[in-house]
Amino acid sequence: MNYRRTKGIREDMASGFCPGCMHGTVFKLIGEVVEELGIRDRAANVQGVGCCGLAMEYVTYDVTTSPHGRACAVATGVKRANPETIVFTYQGDGDLASIGLAESMSAANRGENITVIFINNGIYGMTGGQMAPTTLIGMKATTAPQGRIVEEHGYPMHMCEILNTLTAPVYLERTSCNTPANTRKTKAAIKKAFRNQIEGRGFSLVEIVTTCPTNWGMNPLKALEFLEEEMFREFPLGVIRDR
Amino acid sequence: MKGCEAIAEAAVRAGCRFFAGYPITPQNEIPEYMARRLPEVGGCFVQGESEVASVNMVYGAAQTGTRAMTSSSSCGISLKSEGISFMASARIPMVYVNVSRGGPGIGSIQPSQQDYLQATKASGNGGFRMIVLAPSTVQEAVDMTYEAFDYAHRDRNPVLILTDGVIGTMMEPVVLPPARSEEEVRELKEAHRSWAFVGHGEDEKRALILPGRWAGQENCCIENAAMYETWEKDVQVEEYQTEDAELIVTAFGISGRIARSAVRILRSQGYKIGLIRPKTVSPFPYAAFERLDYGRVKAILDVEMSIPAQFVYDVELAVKGRAPVTTCLRSGGELITREMVLGAAKELLERKGGLLR
Amino acid sequence: MERNLLVAGFGGQGVMLFGNLLATCVCEYTDKNVTYFPSYGAEQRGGTANCYVVISDEMIGAPVVDEIEDLIVLNEPSLDRFLGRCKKGGRLFVNSSIVTKKIERDDIQALNVPVTDLALEMGNSRIQNLIMLGAYVGYTDIIPREVMLKGIEKKLGGKRPDMIPLNQKAFCKGFDIGREACVKDN
Repeated sequence: MNYRRTKGIREDMASGFCPGCMHGTVFKLIGEVVEELGIRDRAANVQGVGCCGLAMEYVTYDVTTSPHGRACAVATGVKRANPETIVFTYQGDGDLASIGLAESMSAANRGENITVIFINNGIYGMTGGQMAPTTLIGMKATTAPQGRIVEEHGYPMHMCEILNTLTAPVYLERTSCNTPANTRKTKAAIKKAFRNQIEGRGFSLVEIVTTCPTNWGMNPLKALEFLEEEMFREFPLGVIRDR
Repeated sequence: MKGCEAIAEAAVRAGCRFFAGYPITPQNEIPEYMARRLPEVGGCFVQGESEVASVNMVYGAAQTGTRAMTSSSSCGISLKSEGISFMASARIPMVYVNVSRGGPGIGSIQPSQQDYLQATKASGNGGFRMIVLAPSTVQEAVDMTYEAFDYAHRDRNPVLILTDGVIGTMMEPVVLPPARSEEEVRELKEAHRSWAFVGHGEDEKRALILPGRWAGQENCCIENAAMYETWEKDVQVEEYQTEDAELIVTAFGISGRIARSAVRILRSQGYKIGLIRPKTVSPFPYAAFERLDYGRVKAILDVEMSIPAQFVYDVELAVKGRAPVTTCLRSGGELITREMVLGAAKELLERKGGLLR
Repeated sequence: MERNLLVAGFGGQGVMLFGNLLATCVCEYTDKNVTYFPSYGAEQRGGTANCYVVISDEMIGAPVVDEIEDLIVLNEPSLDRFLGRCKKGGRLFVNSSIVTKKIERDDIQALNVPVTDLALEMGNSRIQNLIMLGAYVGYTDIIPREVMLKGIEKKLGGKRPDMIPLNQKAFCKGFDIGREACVKDN
């Protein structure tokens, strides 16, 4: 069997993501889905602010950058003004769940016909390891040197479950890319989220729980262990809604 | 027509097909009108969850090449500055309207001109510029809105209609410009396809919309600055009775209109008084002040609805100390009246003995 | 020639409609310039409402004026608030049904019209503004009577065509009062 790189990713560039980071895997999955669904020439990615921004050079479809947190609002404008375009946002946890909470919730509540890829690694990556709304209790961050303390910082936010309180969203699933099986599941979820948009069914979100070895201060293998033992306990994988 | 509704209709006629906004007095008639009107022409209206979301929806819609617009008032405009700056950086066209009210902070809901420096000098971070049009009548608001879309799409840059609660809420007769046909609107959008964020085939160059860069941002600043330099030709100004004037009144927008009526009255009484009323406050008509004969002009009276004065900074830059500049001001939602301008002008005319009729 | 007026009263007395209708008729049926400026407050209902109309042969400067030539007050708080700003030699139109206090000025001409009572006599309190508008037009002759009747039909007939006759009757009732007072005063 010959491996062929997806047409969604450029041939001539190496990724600059840290070792053990899962952004590269997710972008590969998106590229494959876009190619398999035959929508590469209609695909348009609204990128949030964060490490994912590095990918704007690696992919072959249209890319725009939204202000931090506003990806769902920008995608709303694009989709409403040009419904033929297949619009998807790619946002981290700080972007989607903190600064962009209003935009994410409101777009979901309006049932915007867009696809949201939400990367949850429990920390701010690009800015250097600050606390996110998804940071686990006790987990250290540069802005929570003693670790997340409930009395001071509250509890980690579960975006899929929060979005599940709304009526409009059609599809919410939490996945990961820690094993080949889970990676295949993630791809299937991404495909479903895109297909929903193609079929005009409304708001779909795939939350992908990932690692950030660099800012977690672990090597990639240790980070994988932490992901499976700690992150999955707080953020259990599975389909939250599928209509 | 009411000012706000006239602005909205002019935008639709100019080919605007997307509007996102958030309620704030005194501009609510713009989004309300758009909510009714845009679906009639195949356009789309979205009430955003905030000013921030609304401007970002416009940022998204405009990236598809669609003529798009938002509006707000003063404190709401401040919230939009994030999106405005992004659009100036990524070079995305947009028209937005500030129906300004008293400030700072939540200020008052009554009309004011206290956003002048923000509008003309720093509408967001990063030191970009925009064409800023300041109508003094509902008719001008209509005409300026219509042409604003052409400027925005010519330059791929935001354009601001800086108006106020008087123009926005008052009713006045207007002649509306012709509506662009559906075909024209489609063509205008299609003309942007090469860079538009709509998806591109393998044989095409893909769209990459960048409001910032890992490297090379300085080059963008240089290119933008060069584009701003081309605006000299776009300067619009009303010079009224300035030829032999010894006192020049200067004001923009609603104050400009009130000042003009005061000048007309004083002229009819034999005073040598004239008016310079910038219609574009950015680019500012500095040249109009160069055309004055400072051997004759003894004083400049700056009239504006802002305390402390803001417009006066541009006036001082234009006059370059060649005549003393005095101010006549109201603020916080209080309106300047013709009587106030008449009083301030007369005081100057009579103080300067040589200026008497 | 420039002429300005201010109409003020409780919210719900039809103050805005008074100004809007007059300005629309001037705009559509005469060659004069006109501005209409509704002052807006924070309240959606109740409270006080007022609006300015300026009519002129020339380009209009300020749509809001300091010195009011024609002051129309439909309630007492409006009288208290604006009487001092009525120009010397100006005209005051008072809803004498509910404004009972003495007018403390002798340098203006005042016309009392009990519009609330008259409206109730005619069976509908909501037409008090049209009676007052009639009185104003009858007294000042600022715009022809027929033009206003046409305007009432066109502007107010859309939603309630059944109300056209009553609205026009209310206007005419006021017009006759205004005209009679004008003849007496001059």
